[in-house]
Amino acid sequence: MSIILDHVNYIYEAGTAMEFAALKDINLVIPDGQFIGLIGHTGSGKSTLVQHLNGLLVPTSGSIFYNGADIHDNDYNKKELRSKVGLVFQYPEHQLFEIDVFSDVCFGPKNLGLDKKETELRAYAALKQVGLEDEYFYQSPFDLSGGQKRRVAIAGVLAMKPEVLILDEPTAGLDPKGRDEILDQIAKLREETGITVILVSHSMEDVAKYVDRIIVMNRGQVLFDQEPREVFRHYKELEQVGLAAPQVTYIMHELKARGLNVDTDITTIAEAKNEILKALKK
Amino acid sequence: MLRDITLGQYYQTDSVIHRLDPRVKLVTTICFIVSLFVVDNFIGYLIAGVFLAVVIKLSKVPLKYMLRGMKSIVFLLLIAVVFNLFLTPGEAVVTFWKIKITMEGIRQAVFMAIRLVFLIIGSSVMTLTTTPNNLTDGMEKLLGPLKIFKVPVHEIAMMMSIALRFIPILLEETDKIMKAQIARGADFESGNLIKKAKSLVPLLVPLFISAFRRANDLAMAMEARCYRGGEHRTKMKPLIYKKRDGLAYGVVVCYLTLCIVVGRGFI
Repeated sequence: MSIILDHVNYIYEAGTAMEFAALKDINLVIPDGQFIGLIGHTGSGKSTLVQHLNGLLVPTSGSIFYNGADIHDNDYNKKELRSKVGLVFQYPEHQLFEIDVFSDVCFGPKNLGLDKKETELRAYAALKQVGLEDEYFYQSPFDLSGGQKRRVAIAGVLAMKPEVLILDEPTAGLDPKGRDEILDQIAKLREETGITVILVSHSMEDVAKYVDRIIVMNRGQVLFDQEPREVFRHYKELEQVGLAAPQVTYIMHELKARGLNVDTDITTIAEAKNEILKALKK
Repeated sequence: MLRDITLGQYYQTDSVIHRLDPRVKLVTTICFIVSLFVVDNFIGYLIAGVFLAVVIKLSKVPLKYMLRGMKSIVFLLLIAVVFNLFLTPGEAVVTFWKIKITMEGIRQAVFMAIRLVFLIIGSSVMTLTTTPNNLTDGMEKLLGPLKIFKVPVHEIAMMMSIALRFIPILLEETDKIMKAQIARGADFESGNLIKKAKSLVPLLVPLFISAFRRANDLAMAMEARCYRGGEHRTKMKPLIYKKRDGLAYGVVVCYLTLCIVVGRGFI
């Protein structure tokens, strides 16, 4: 059970002067339960790519398979696909519209045709999953803080019980504390439910700590598709496409260059600390 | 989804028409529209057609862009043609049951169709070759004399340019919100009229909120730059007539005279 992209191309405004190839020959396999970071510079095609995964955009050529079925077959149930592949857009708080938080989260499951009881159970569970306190449930979503609004919007997608959760820049515009809280919550959620998570970001720093696999996009193509530590080995190439490895990677490389015998494949600060202490003790 | 609207879509290229003063283009467009309604015979429309064709050729804008705006008026065009065709009294050419088509009707219908098509294309030539900023600048200058009668010309021009500027932004925003709600299982297409109208709530509420937020931000940014209306305001690129603009005015006067003389059947 997985998502497979087979030679996917996508061209904006095909046939006009503004023609622009946003995706060029993308081939990917996304197996169940993986935690993936999709990284790329602004305009690298990452947002376009994720909108293909739940059928919002139709590839100009190529096919996409979900659990073995071509999602652009005429008789494929797109609505069901969208409940299975949950997509949280950039600045999702801009899509809130209901009079209170709880009804807004109910919107998704209600659209799936579930009965009232099941809808409300799911909404409640989803709001708990994103860590929103009960006292906010019946407030207007527009009275909440930025970080809280974003949690509500994420809960709105979680309430559909997706098997794959895609988050497009979930930390954009949040302060460091709000950012860490959201990312920790997502990691916790994945641990508890085992769903596939695709985290779209332009910051390696954000994703390095959490993901099993990093896909780097550049100008509509996949540049790297490896484990974090392997991707960060290419830190020089990453810089050339306007990205950067986590700061830890630079420190470790610099330490090594100055003669301290450390492992340069370290990706997190905690690991780095241990590694440096170990090297110093020798 | 919503990209078919030509209104306010500037086509970037360098041509004689692009370089003309926006005032010239505004006056020309008005004269052209007037000429369309003054003219009363085929030779007149031929002249208008040739004039339009030459301007389009000079503007270097692909014809495809001009015709894009036509899509939205096909329905209106159809109604105008049908009504004129069947409801103009006169000498019958074809009669069946209670309906008769008259020679005058055919004439009227064809003229109406030509008028509408030329009207739309003519005004899109202006919007495709002039940036919205230039256009409102030109309008402000042209309406300048009305300031004597306490008409807030600058404010009107400013409102227009802001409104024009926001059209593509709000279209993009609509597209984004629509996608986000579809991803949450919303359905904007099926169901009866009431259900369809109801399904628009998840789209319209966020859209209005975002429009107000943007308006607020813009007002704040304008105030931060000490904007306070038209009084004593100078321009970075003031509009100054050049030689080609005078020439263009000459051509327009000739064209209009020709249209009135020939198109009204004075010769």
